[in-house]
Amino acid sequence: MRLVGRRVRRNEDPRLLTGRALFVDDVQRPGMLHVAFLRSPFAHARINEVDVSMAREFPGVHAVYTAADLGDYWRPGPLLVPPPPVEGSVFHERTQVPLAKDKIRHLGEPVAMIVADSRALAEDASDRIFLDCEPLDAVVDLERALEPGAPLVHDDLDSNIAALVPQRKGDYASARERADVVIRRRLVYDRGASAAIENRGVVAEWDRLTERLMIWDTTQAPIPIRNGLASMLGLSESQVRVVAPFVGGGFGPKIMMFYPEEVLVPWAAIRLDRPLKWIEDRSENFVATTQERGQIHDAEIALTRDGRILGVKDSFLHDTGAYDPYGLTVPLNSQCTLLGPYDVPAYESEFRAVFTTKTIVTPYRGAGRQHGVFVIERLLDAASRELGIDRIEIRRRNFIGPDDFPYANEVIYQDAAPLVYDSGNYEPLLDKAKEMIGWEKFVAEKQPRLRAEGRHVGIGIVAYVEGTGIGPYEGARVQVEPTGRVSVVTGVGTQGQGHYTVLAQIAAEQLGVGVSDVAVVTGDTDQFHWGSGTFASRGAVVAGNAVHAAAKEVRHRMLELAAKHLDAPVEELEVADGGVRLIADPERHIDRGQLASLANPLRGAVEPGTEPGLEATQYFGPYRGATASGVHAAIVEVDPETMLVEVLDYVVVHDCGKVLNPLLVDGQVHGGVAQGLGNAFYEELVYDDEGQLLNASFMDFLLPTSLDVPRVKVGHLETPSPLNELGSKGAGEAGAIPTAALFVQALEDALAIPGFEIREIPLHPSRLWELVRAAKGAEEAE
Amino acid sequence: MSDRHTVRVTVNGEPRVAETEARTLLSDFLRHDLGLTGTHVGCEHGVCGACTILFDGEPVRSCLLLAVQAEGRTIETVEGLAPDGRDHLHPLQEAFRETHGLQCGFCTPGFLMTLVPFLEENPDPTEHEIRMALSGNLCRCTGYQHIVDAVQLAAKKKTDEGGA
Repeated sequence: MRLVGRRVRRNEDPRLLTGRALFVDDVQRPGMLHVAFLRSPFAHARINEVDVSMAREFPGVHAVYTAADLGDYWRPGPLLVPPPPVEGSVFHERTQVPLAKDKIRHLGEPVAMIVADSRALAEDASDRIFLDCEPLDAVVDLERALEPGAPLVHDDLDSNIAALVPQRKGDYASARERADVVIRRRLVYDRGASAAIENRGVVAEWDRLTERLMIWDTTQAPIPIRNGLASMLGLSESQVRVVAPFVGGGFGPKIMMFYPEEVLVPWAAIRLDRPLKWIEDRSENFVATTQERGQIHDAEIALTRDGRILGVKDSFLHDTGAYDPYGLTVPLNSQCTLLGPYDVPAYESEFRAVFTTKTIVTPYRGAGRQHGVFVIERLLDAASRELGIDRIEIRRRNFIGPDDFPYANEVIYQDAAPLVYDSGNYEPLLDKAKEMIGWEKFVAEKQPRLRAEGRHVGIGIVAYVEGTGIGPYEGARVQVEPTGRVSVVTGVGTQGQGHYTVLAQIAAEQLGVGVSDVAVVTGDTDQFHWGSGTFASRGAVVAGNAVHAAAKEVRHRMLELAAKHLDAPVEELEVADGGVRLIADPERHIDRGQLASLANPLRGAVEPGTEPGLEATQYFGPYRGATASGVHAAIVEVDPETMLVEVLDYVVVHDCGKVLNPLLVDGQVHGGVAQGLGNAFYEELVYDDEGQLLNASFMDFLLPTSLDVPRVKVGHLETPSPLNELGSKGAGEAGAIPTAALFVQALEDALAIPGFEIREIPLHPSRLWELVRAAKGAEEAE
Repeated sequence: MSDRHTVRVTVNGEPRVAETEARTLLSDFLRHDLGLTGTHVGCEHGVCGACTILFDGEPVRSCLLLAVQAEGRTIETVEGLAPDGRDHLHPLQEAFRETHGLQCGFCTPGFLMTLVPFLEENPDPTEHEIRMALSGNLCRCTGYQHIVDAVQLAAKKKTDEGGA
């Protein structure tokens, strides 16, 4: 029976629904102490003195550490992703430190660590620490950060430039010369926070009798955390076990290695020989968990009169925050994803990553891709107006054709490999989205009628691609146990994507069992210790194909063993009915549990060259990622007085290759759209000139609620990836990537103010009102 | 610093007693003093709704109450919805599973505890009523659509059973 591709409900749900799933803050250990951090109240300051003497004497306090107490353990964190091999690029590696030593570089940077009997006592004690600082001018605005004489985030550099990466394809200058029209825009995309409902947390316990360190961590990458910690602490990798249990939302920021707390809590647990727990609270999360988004683009597009793109040029600034441990993944994604599903013959792009005195920037769902999509889609919208070509038509004319794959973009992607689209078929996505949203009827009938009624209703449509499923690799071990249960173990962590189900589906299909017969373990380094993590929409693609390969091998072993036992050639056997049977004589059958026992005999010998057990381990390492694609369309209404926006209809037509479980992909898409919507309309981290975050609470940083997020209609088209046997591509970020570009287009259509263009994100009613007022003022002045 | 109080509550039908500090939040008391870790904490300022429990039958945010305020009260948490374990789910839990109404599952207990009394009072709600009822609980994974579907499914099943 085909199990892959079906709407299977999830194996993990009963535990989560009944409150019986382990999250990090649920871990309780005997004798456990609690950790709090003193965090900098300044964005930028020189530290004169950190006096912890009163805090150390505070009742219930076991230890207080500053940078000076860490000795050799104090060192900047590792560089997670090296810069791309691009000629002419510059990269200044300045990674975060465990505790600020001489200088504070962002609000909330940890300065001291307090260990006490309870979290409340640790926080009480942190008030007794005397932090003597000399505040410095903050570096908040990206452009001012690069002006001569701007305060420097890192004093040893000449400027606040963290990196510069120029990339090109074709000859833009000559494309521009040949162009009938060149359109130039400045586009701004401001910061947001992922705001997973579960904050971060670490629990560490050192067992001095077995000399093993146990860590529970809300990480998306338990294996690299284990390897890095073992190295830092001078332990063997096998002495460290990292478990990422159920994790309450990841979205990217839970894979920043290493957060200071991840470095310090295990170290102190060993030193104090006590289990320690640190759980981030929401106000810490707003300053201590990585953020994303700030970019300013100066972009231009060169086109022929009939709307064909001849070339695109873009120069942008990217806010990397105070440090750059994640390398250039985010701006590279922006740089590459700008090219979208379009045939762009010439591209000249250069970005400068800029240090600011703000929280570190690392990928958050979309991971910079949405900026690229925003830029190209805004340019196409402007071109559509300028050239008088319909919005849909101008996109259609520029799509890469279905026969043009693999399509080489000649730039280097975030995985350090050339950006090559493996497969795709874009026009049917556009047609289907157009049909599902009812484009023709809306434009011809509904919109004129509603406008006549005085309503401001508009429609929009945008396209995008998403590079997913990148390497290096993941692995999986699949085993049939003598009870007949099947276990699948993999190294990726899970944060709600449904790995316990989708990986079970893949194994179950090969082994002829039910999905609920398969128990999946993820995120426990004692069970599987090779792998990198859950990011870049890669879990289902990379771990999925590893499970597929391992399950196929187990299936092969079952057949071979059964052939011996049933005295029949493999070709005459089939996996069915929970075991193996003769195709011609189904009565001659052996169940899989028996086979598992035969594979692990208690007497006799396992034949040389074979391994015991019905078990196999396989790895999957794609040499490049699989490119998913899609088109989103929406109808929105805006109240011209209050500028409140209501989404009346929302359609996503998505191609993530072979869909493994449509129910779960729908869920991923819905959630992505909700985050994209939040990103476009509600979520803005408001920093003042001193680098203070003015809205660090859920009272002021607004997340979309059930009243704000529309019902999303999802259509699936499947262009299988030729790069993996399952044909799958990632789906995790698709919902979030084009949302902002879509909303601004639909809003412009709704407002219908001549010449009015939205060139920034996020919007909120008051900002939209200002923009509209400015546009109307300009119109009246003319 | 010893400011400890004995708090007696009835939780999921069982009398429970524990000693705790005056400043302990009810959410922390349930999670850490009583070991009922199904109630989750997302913001501790009353916005996200992850810590929602029933307090004398009413949904409340347990992070906005002190444990000592619960003295003598009756509390229900997510663990009480399926007391016989995960093979015997509450109909609303079943509906969440059927419709994929949860992803990471962290906010889910709060949604369930908000929705159980809502469905009792509104056995046949409209989508808008459901969305109003949900609007005080934040979910970052699902976009709410499948949660709305779950509530509709649970309501429909209950109505069908009632009519049969």
